[in-house]
Amino acid sequence: MNHTAAIFKKQLKDTCKNKTILIQFVMFPVLTLVMHNMIKIDGMPKNFFVNLFAVMYMGMAPLTSISAVIAEEKEKNTLRVLLMSNVKPCEYLLGIGSHIWTACMLGAAVICTVGNYRLQERIIFMILMAAGIFISLLLGAAIGIWSKNQMMASSIAIPVMMVLSFLPMLSMFHDTVRKVGRFIYSEQINRMISQIDSLQIEKESICILGGNLVIFVVLFLTAYRKWD
Amino acid sequence: MNGTLMAADLSFGFGEKQILNHITFEVGKGEIFGLLGPSGAGKTTLIKLLTGQLRQKEGYAELLGKDTRELGDSEHRQIGIMMDDFGLYERLSAYDNLLFYADIYGVSHSRIPDILNSIGLYEARNRAVFKLSKGMKNRLSLARALMNDGKILFLDEPTSGLDPAVSKEIHDILAEQKKRGTAIFLTTHNMFEAESLCDQIALLNEGSILEYGSPADICRKYDHLNKIQVTLKGGEMVSLENSKASALWVKEYLEQEMVEAIHSTEPTLETVFLELTGRGLGEL
Repeated sequence: MNHTAAIFKKQLKDTCKNKTILIQFVMFPVLTLVMHNMIKIDGMPKNFFVNLFAVMYMGMAPLTSISAVIAEEKEKNTLRVLLMSNVKPCEYLLGIGSHIWTACMLGAAVICTVGNYRLQERIIFMILMAAGIFISLLLGAAIGIWSKNQMMASSIAIPVMMVLSFLPMLSMFHDTVRKVGRFIYSEQINRMISQIDSLQIEKESICILGGNLVIFVVLFLTAYRKWD
Repeated sequence: MNGTLMAADLSFGFGEKQILNHITFEVGKGEIFGLLGPSGAGKTTLIKLLTGQLRQKEGYAELLGKDTRELGDSEHRQIGIMMDDFGLYERLSAYDNLLFYADIYGVSHSRIPDILNSIGLYEARNRAVFKLSKGMKNRLSLARALMNDGKILFLDEPTSGLDPAVSKEIHDILAEQKKRGTAIFLTTHNMFEAESLCDQIALLNEGSILEYGSPADICRKYDHLNKIQVTLKGGEMVSLENSKASALWVKEYLEQEMVEAIHSTEPTLETVFLELTGRGLGEL
């Protein structure tokens, strides 16, 4: 078994026993299921809770979980032992990242199933979620690499996660927030998911998403190079 | 040089700060080498250099016949490492921890029960690591280092903070490994561990080796008194020169059944270290 697959398998077992990480993967899909089926208000947009929680999930779960996992491994010195056992930092990050990405995609699939989407819309929804989760993972990994311990990781990850997750919701109520928020990937994915039934994606959204991706890749690589 | 591990004039520093200065030693197959020094002496940094995690700018180090700056997969598969802070996955069971490292090292899973048996943890194999005692965690950490059946073991403070009984168990496991031809590099500030286990030791202080050789040779070298102390029944202590002339006295004491104990005045490693540095091994 190669190192990345071994780390993926280990992380799967560890996540099942780690309630704080597990709850992040499960909370929003369950919340979506409950809210979507229980709360019906006249005039409420179609798939309101599905769209809202999908974006919150995308900005929250991957970012906080990967930063917590990496920081914990640094704090408890398991990462040091792993790297001494000839595991390359990129193999480690690939193993952890692919595990969290897969877990989040499963959660996204549950949220997608709850929504009233057509097949084509479901495909676009999952592609958008995959991209958003990937960007959040890059940012979370950079935070995890930078942090010396879990305390430091959560003190950085929580405000970042709040901005990414709550900005799309706040932009519904406030014009200025909407104008500023449009430059952040979570807001753009929120807009694209909200307009998913038109099956049209604006060039501006793709550009902003691409720009965010480039920024976070650079951020991640800077942290990674310092670490490697 | 033909050793499993060797360092020649090895130096290392971070920026302006010099951590290690001109380190030279050699460890052969089936030998236990002990690096003794207080905290902050540079022991862990040396392990990092020797295992290729850090790269020196001055000097040379060789592991299994290869420059430590160019160690590849095949060399890393021959190294077992045990760190002083365990580095175990607390939520996973003892078995799952070893299973993970079996996958990392590419070792057959069938080896895990044998290793757990050899370190006396088979019964506790399904227990989560956070439920294990410190001694059990230490043994599990050692088991992980033994997983790949490597040619060399690096052990950073293997018995630090353990009670004598558990330390003895660890020493027995290491003695067994030595018999099988494994070279062992261990760091410690426990002089008894060094004296009882190691074939060669180096006393490290502020990044420099102060003495290098067998524990007995080092102690003899610093035996400035070179006397024999005879404790007689009743508590009286007689100090005799370590010479032919003293033989008659000792013979007479023995014949009269007056002897309670006979000791040489060789210093302990702790005393030697104290003499060389002005501070003890356990001091910061």
